[in-house]
Amino acid sequence: MNPLQLLIAPVVLIYQSVFLALGQVWANKVRSILTTIGIIIGVASVTAVIAALTGMKQSVLTQFESFGTNKIFVLPYPPDTGKRVVWRWADLRFHQHDFDELLEHCPSVATFTRNCDYTSSISYGTHTESNVDIAGIDPQWHQVENRSVILGRPFSLIDNEHARAVCLINKIAQDRLGLDTDPTGEAIMIGDRRFIVVGVVESRAESSMFGNGRSDAEVFIPFNTAYTPDNGFVVVAASKSPDVSDEAQAEITFYLRHRHHLRVDQPDNFRIQVVQKFVDEFKSVASAITMVAGGIVGISLLVGGVGIMNIMLVSVSERTREIGLRKAVGARPSAILLQFLIEAMVLCLLGGMAGLLGGEGITAILKSIPQAKLEQASIPGWAIALSFGFAAAVGLLFGMFPAIKAARLDPIEALRHE
Amino acid sequence: MVIRLRNITKVYRVGAERIAALNGVNLDVDRNEYVAVMGASGSGKSTLMNILGCLDRPTGGTYELDGRLTTSMGAAALAHVRNERIGFVFQSFELLPRLTALKNVELPLIYARAGWFSRRARAKKAIETVGLSDRMRHRPNQLSGGQRQRVAIARALVARPAILLADEPTGNLDSRTSEEILALFNQLHRSGQTIIMVTHEPDVARHAKRIIRMKDGRVHSDLPVEEDPVSELPAPAPLAGIPLEVPA
Repeated sequence: MNPLQLLIAPVVLIYQSVFLALGQVWANKVRSILTTIGIIIGVASVTAVIAALTGMKQSVLTQFESFGTNKIFVLPYPPDTGKRVVWRWADLRFHQHDFDELLEHCPSVATFTRNCDYTSSISYGTHTESNVDIAGIDPQWHQVENRSVILGRPFSLIDNEHARAVCLINKIAQDRLGLDTDPTGEAIMIGDRRFIVVGVVESRAESSMFGNGRSDAEVFIPFNTAYTPDNGFVVVAASKSPDVSDEAQAEITFYLRHRHHLRVDQPDNFRIQVVQKFVDEFKSVASAITMVAGGIVGISLLVGGVGIMNIMLVSVSERTREIGLRKAVGARPSAILLQFLIEAMVLCLLGGMAGLLGGEGITAILKSIPQAKLEQASIPGWAIALSFGFAAAVGLLFGMFPAIKAARLDPIEALRHE
Repeated sequence: MVIRLRNITKVYRVGAERIAALNGVNLDVDRNEYVAVMGASGSGKSTLMNILGCLDRPTGGTYELDGRLTTSMGAAALAHVRNERIGFVFQSFELLPRLTALKNVELPLIYARAGWFSRRARAKKAIETVGLSDRMRHRPNQLSGGQRQRVAIARALVARPAILLADEPTGNLDSRTSEEILALFNQLHRSGQTIIMVTHEPDVARHAKRIIRMKDGRVHSDLPVEEDPVSELPAPAPLAGIPLEVPA
């Protein structure tokens, strides 16, 4: 035997065993299917569960994304001292100029807007809408919210400085008020005050989780126009990227504590909420759920493995004479072991393939159910690799005992076996 | 010498009892001999056959096959010896039912790790030797008993073994087919093959050139066929009117 043959020989033996195993499976079609049903169901349910969880995670993350993962909310909040202390609103509320130097002191913050919201009725001609959200905003609001002006112009600094009676509206407000396709220059009534429409803002991105799921009329006016000390305001800032949102949060905290003249021993009298933090928490919860669900369903694969072991034991005792003959013509114990191990693994892998097809089928069904909101469900590559690896491991584990039994058969006894 | 047995013993334990199946067997077989081993059941001829075929290991003594001491070998090495140097022919053929005749013949070469092309070529040649070239794509159940035994003989010969071991090779065949198989053995013997055959039928044994009779685990007699009682049997009468091949 030359060196090349020595190298190729084991490969040849393996591929012949695979052929032999496929032949066995084909010869016992019904039995093979029944045997592998455990594996098929196991793999199908593992992959389908993982696909569904992946889809759920994706759809939630997409909503987070549309909401803006770099957003930071800063709001007045009574400090959490544990004691029931009544805080006066006047002590808590932000002052109009509290944030004037924010950008100089917070290098991780890209921009921010002060928001002062209230509701009022609006009217134009004979059309009246009540309970409309009126938002007092800074001009930077467009960058923070990523919603630009599609018609007309945004607020200028002068609009804000002089608290002018100008407003931006969204498409819905425009329709509800029966305004022209180009409403700029028209005057509408907000409460009992007259405002000039200067532009139309693009509609909010579709999101069922945030923004109360409403697609309502919105009206925007300059911050200084809306601001009254009684109403107060919140700040929405945008960090330079979601990665630096922790730094941005720390910088804003430091800045505000300084502005509020808080001593080291005094708690914060405001609260900062970072969207990225929710995303991170959600991600870790989602992967924990995926692992637990995958693990639980993976147990069914082990149960399937018992079926494989059972049928392999039957196969060994049915083919005792064949094993005896193979040994008589020169099969080493290792060759017999390999043959039966490969047969068990081929069974498991075929089951795994069928299960994967089943999993894909279930995933396709899940995707087609509109209420499930799992349009993005798909079996990730690692789940495919994992379930195949697991199926092969189950074959190896549960095929080992029958294969050892076959390899240890005494050829004389085996040939005498009826 | 192809085979050199020295003081071979085989002891089986049945519970607390020790039963000696072989009791000090000495045997030499030279190249191109044609030996028949005879004996009543329990005489130890099957045990001897298993030891000669390296399927079983003796309790004591030494066995040299083709110059190699097999009695000190492990299971894998014995498998290798069986693969390279021994061809088995069994009473019940032992063909794998799902494989074609050709594939059955190829089986030993798979374990010899021969490449595909040489395997095919050698198997075809072996099947030619037994005169079944036109049947090599058939499965065992499409062949008659005699044809099946020919396939089995081709399988035994395909690795060019030092010895051909036949255990009651005609035991499942009618007399006409038996004659065919024995004629094939004669032909193989003439072409130089060493053959050892176990049988209890004198009619079959008389085809060999040397007859060994076993009794109580020992070699009882070891004579050339001319000096053995089997040579005094009348030649078998022609079997007219009997169906020649028994359907399987």
